[in-house]
Amino acid sequence: MNWIKKKNNTKININDIPTLKINDLREEIISLNKRPIGFFGKDWGRGSTKLFVILADDENADLYVSSVIFEGSEKEYESLTQVILAFHIFEREFYEQFGIKPLNHPWLKPLRKNQKDYKFFEMEGEEVHQVAVGPIHAGVIEPGHFRFMCNGETVYHLEIMLGYQNRGVEELMVKHPTNQMAESICGDSVIAHNLAYSKVMEILKNIKVSKRAQLIRTLALEMERAAIHIGDLGAISGDIAYLMGASVFGATRTLVINTMLEFSGSRFGRGLVRVGGVNFDIDNEKIERAIKTLTKVEKDVDRMVKTMLKNTSVMSRLEKTGVVSQEKAREIGLVGMAARACGIVIDSRFDFADECFKNLALPRKIFKGKGDVNARFQLRYQETMESLSIAKRILEMLKNGFKEEVLNLNNNSLCADSLAISITEGWRGEIVHIALTDMNGTLSRYKIKDPSFNNWYGLALAVRNNGVSDFPLCNKSFNLSYCGNDL
Amino acid sequence: MFDTLKSRIYQGNQFIKDIKNAPMREQFRGLPKLCNANCNNCKDCLNVCPTGALKLNPLSIDMGKCTFCGACKNVCKTGAIDFTNFYKLSTTKRENLIVTEDMTQEEFSKIAIEVRKEIKRVFGKSLKLRQVSAAGCNGCEMELNACSNVNFDMGRFGIDFVASPRHADGLVITGPISKNMAYALEDCYKSTPDPKIVVLCGACAISGGVFQQSSELNREFLEKYPIDLYIAGCPVHPLTFINGILGFIQGK
Ligand code: SF4
Repeated sequence: MNWIKKKNNTKININDIPTLKINDLREEIISLNKRPIGFFGKDWGRGSTKLFVILADDENADLYVSSVIFEGSEKEYESLTQVILAFHIFEREFYEQFGIKPLNHPWLKPLRKNQKDYKFFEMEGEEVHQVAVGPIHAGVIEPGHFRFMCNGETVYHLEIMLGYQNRGVEELMVKHPTNQMAESICGDSVIAHNLAYSKVMEILKNIKVSKRAQLIRTLALEMERAAIHIGDLGAISGDIAYLMGASVFGATRTLVINTMLEFSGSRFGRGLVRVGGVNFDIDNEKIERAIKTLTKVEKDVDRMVKTMLKNTSVMSRLEKTGVVSQEKAREIGLVGMAARACGIVIDSRFDFADECFKNLALPRKIFKGKGDVNARFQLRYQETMESLSIAKRILEMLKNGFKEEVLNLNNNSLCADSLAISITEGWRGEIVHIALTDMNGTLSRYKIKDPSFNNWYGLALAVRNNGVSDFPLCNKSFNLSYCGNDL
Repeated sequence: MFDTLKSRIYQGNQFIKDIKNAPMREQFRGLPKLCNANCNNCKDCLNVCPTGALKLNPLSIDMGKCTFCGACKNVCKTGAIDFTNFYKLSTTKRENLIVTEDMTQEEFSKIAIEVRKEIKRVFGKSLKLRQVSAAGCNGCEMELNACSNVNFDMGRFGIDFVASPRHADGLVITGPISKNMAYALEDCYKSTPDPKIVVLCGACAISGGVFQQSSELNREFLEKYPIDLYIAGCPVHPLTFINGILGFIQGK
């Protein structure tokens, strides 16, 4: 047996995970040809390193898990990236963290550390010039460095160097795991990251969460999605100098996050989700108010988007700007919203649905996008409307039933020798949290994969052959996370 | 054209007129309210606090560390800890952020901001700020962006975020300051012309917040340069930020 096959939100006894030779596992990975969601090392004593590989089979909702031990003397292997490009970033990370080198990797550069050793791709020629931007950007946003190779106004190539945000989250999570830390992994995906963390801990602690609490969690997740998408519709409007859109979407987003404030005491839902359920129940008075507010939001967003789409000067800025072809998107392993905008069918809410989402039995809408800014704009619109309708539906359900406790205060100890996986679809895409425990039942490794980790390279491809001045627009349409990548 | 006008009319006026007395929803967790008499020393709150903001005997909460997560209040069975929705949580002195039982809203407002004449004179009518996110999680950053939206409309007070430190009168720092951002932050500070102010925004910037224990931080900047204003929150609410800055530059 070369793999152990599992579903989402499960734990595996570490001793049940097959351990192969690297060359065999490499062959296996290539022949299976599934999407990587986990590829990370762990100290395995006496100088050896264990590499865990987790692949996702989206059609069948299966996860394939396997591993390899590298003895202290084994310091290299033939890279997978040569064959499957989607591994490029995973192999860079593994190399940076454990020093085991993927040979013939086409792009083996620092990821989060050693920025001084970073060698940029250079182009030569009289007409070619470089534009360097960052780490500090013009707006109020997180830091990162962008290096454009341009010919006049046209971008040939963009290289993105990150790592400025590195706070050592994975180590901190092992030492002192808390919901508050999970909420700060990426402050625009508070609910999504905290949910992934809470689920992993609940799996390891054998804690059951009530239906009502699960509904409130799903509600919060959809409200987060709607709020950020609306904010980004505004930001995209701002970047094409359609200020009316920026104002209207800005004000509309406020309505959603202020509703979140009523539910949780924080505009971004901090303090709502915790291991065992949620901290706050929602009474019927708040529910009524929320339904009214969200109905208004639906109308406002709908009206504004339709007005914009009728405007030719808006469309000429959105269409054919920042294109990523479906083929490229698959090749480099884009996930989440950015992938869906290229017409790829991928959404872990459906592919790896949890109990609560399954029970909602929602129809899956397929988005036919061309991978340009327009597609990402319209997809955000579609998803906003969907999320708002899901949120309203859940609010109705909470009003009429599911009268249960929302918090299970059992605090069992963690299962020993286990690996737990949880995938949650945040607004950007799949967020994967993986926790390992040792024989005493203490956390020994915590792995986080934010969708931005996969998607930054997509942004780099999107701006090729566009004007430099269109970069902000492309960037906003993706709105990737710096700290989600840097951890 | 007509659609655009219609959308505009539907929106009406969104801005908060009286920003200094803007109401806040009761659920907001702001200034803590502590009661020593109710505390039975069970220490449950200490165990759940993620940042070590809490101290017992007497009870105190350091708002420079506090994430306002409310975990301490939720776990306290005797009602010793509560949070009011008072949101003006800015101060010119770090110690003021440590709140004890006697720190009422009125008391805090009285001592929080020490008004300096020269600040009022130089920046009172216009203050341009350069924001530096030094490993901020994008929570404070989103709220600072919200300060300039149509609801809060900070620009009407002459306060704006600008693109270049050369155009700025001061820095607003968010995030716990990672090693990898330490250089850029200092560089940005040096590029800002004098006279300039430095504002720390949010628990991470003020104390490291939930990242205090991280080995990837480099907070030397804070020892080298004077800090003018501390604004508490996780993240900082736009009303907290705007009122904090206004209090500092206008002395009101
Ligand atoms: S609200 Fe503040 S003091 Fe209370 S547990 Fe959270 S961080 Fe600690």
